Amino acid sequence: MIRAAGEHGLLVETGSLEASHRLDAALRAERPREVVEIVPGPETVLVVAPGADRERLRARLASLAEGVREGAGMADGPVVTIPVVYDGADLESVAGLAGLSVEEVVARHTGRELVVGWLGFAPGFAYLTGLDPVLHLPRLDTPRTSVPAGSVAVAGPYSAVYPTASPGGWRLLGRTSTRVWDVSADPPSLFRPGMRVRFERA
Amino acid sequence: MIEVVAPGPYATVQDLGRPGLAHLGVPCSGAADAPSLRLANRLVGNPEGLAGVELTFGMARLRFHDAAWVALAGAPLASGADMGAPFWVPAGAELRLGPPVWGLRTYLAVRGGIDVEPVLGSRSTDSLSGLGPEPLRPGTLLPVGRPTGEIRADLAPPPGPRPAVLRILPGPRDDWFVPGAPEGLCARPYTVTQDSNRVGVRLRGPELVRARQGELPSEGMVLGAVQVPPSGQPIVFLADHPPTGGYPVIGVVRAADVPVAAQLRPGDEVRFTLRG
Repeated sequence: MIRAAGEHGLLVETGSLEASHRLDAALRAERPREVVEIVPGPETVLVVAPGADRERLRARLASLAEGVREGAGMADGPVVTIPVVYDGADLESVAGLAGLSVEEVVARHTGRELVVGWLGFAPGFAYLTGLDPVLHLPRLDTPRTSVPAGSVAVAGPYSAVYPTASPGGWRLLGRTSTRVWDVSADPPSLFRPGMRVRFERA
Repeated sequence: MIEVVAPGPYATVQDLGRPGLAHLGVPCSGAADAPSLRLANRLVGNPEGLAGVELTFGMARLRFHDAAWVALAGAPLASGADMGAPFWVPAGAELRLGPPVWGLRTYLAVRGGIDVEPVLGSRSTDSLSGLGPEPLRPGTLLPVGRPTGEIRADLAPPPGPRPAVLRILPGPRDDWFVPGAPEGLCARPYTVTQDSNRVGVRLRGPELVRARQGELPSEGMVLGAVQVPPSGQPIVFLADHPPTGGYPVIGVVRAADVPVAAQLRPGDEVRFTLRG
């Protein structure tokens, strides 16, 4: 289903994150001229195209969405490796809550390939999906007023790297020296939707 | 160089923002009332997208170290300078601007544009993410760029206040509300609250009742979206709105009416309509 989001936006319901990523990739590969924004989400892709012929764009999106409904993920893309020093303030409490040793927490966090689901909350803040279910824990009851840039954290079913210093309620496992956000780089974000990511012990 | 002697209640540098980066979590930002910034730029012969100053409730004092052509558009100021016409400010002069007669945001364009360092292709202050220059403070020095265009207009008769009526298109998530909710949104006026800002106009009025509970998976948000948090009190998204969100959007304000929303003051009443 494709829903209208105002005069310039169309919200395509893809039904799954994988289909959102495939539609996002297909649209970026052959971007209709008027399209300004393509914003993938867990079950949708928002397309903003001021001045576009709406019915024509809607038909094109419907056909693209149909084409990406089935198919492989972005498995052929490169894997970005993020080296992590596991010394986070919440590492021990995460181990306690998960019923694991600290060593096992690190092994579980580094043991799976994650996928960048989407970005939000702050510029460059990527929600990394595919986290080992044993590490799925609620956010902190009281968010920290400041979390340093490069902090590696988990919350709910996601892991993330804080792109800049900000308040935050995620549980801190460690830190990385990899800069995931740099306004002087093009693109400014290391993480893009659909990209595969692996954490490793630094 | 323009020296900010006093910025008034809140003032920032704004151009037309950072479109195209929403998928990286970057708000578009840019002038909240973009047509007024474009007009002010045209009046001083600038390309429409050069950076100017967005004043909130006027009341700024600016000292011009160098002479410059300047124009004001948007919320008309009670005193200090003419609206909608380019005027010459001699070197060393101080522009003392009064409060707006109506509206909230006034745009000051200077020939050559405000030439602070761009971030991700824009000189806009993004109040949500912190990208771009800091909001103006007493003592802020604003460099002015080299003029490129010619001044071709003498006067643009300033538009009067437009009625505070926002035309909306229902959706994309009107089905998350009880049947007839978009009509309900339009039935009675809402009041603009004090905590409105460049992110959104926060409203108080009849509660919008949901038919579906639970959380909507995060999805892309558009300018002018009327988002409804669990309180049932709507927020109209302006330039610094988050690129994604998890609260349902009952309707979206028509693009031509977003500048009207951007000129609403706390305490103002506003109506929505499905007509037009």
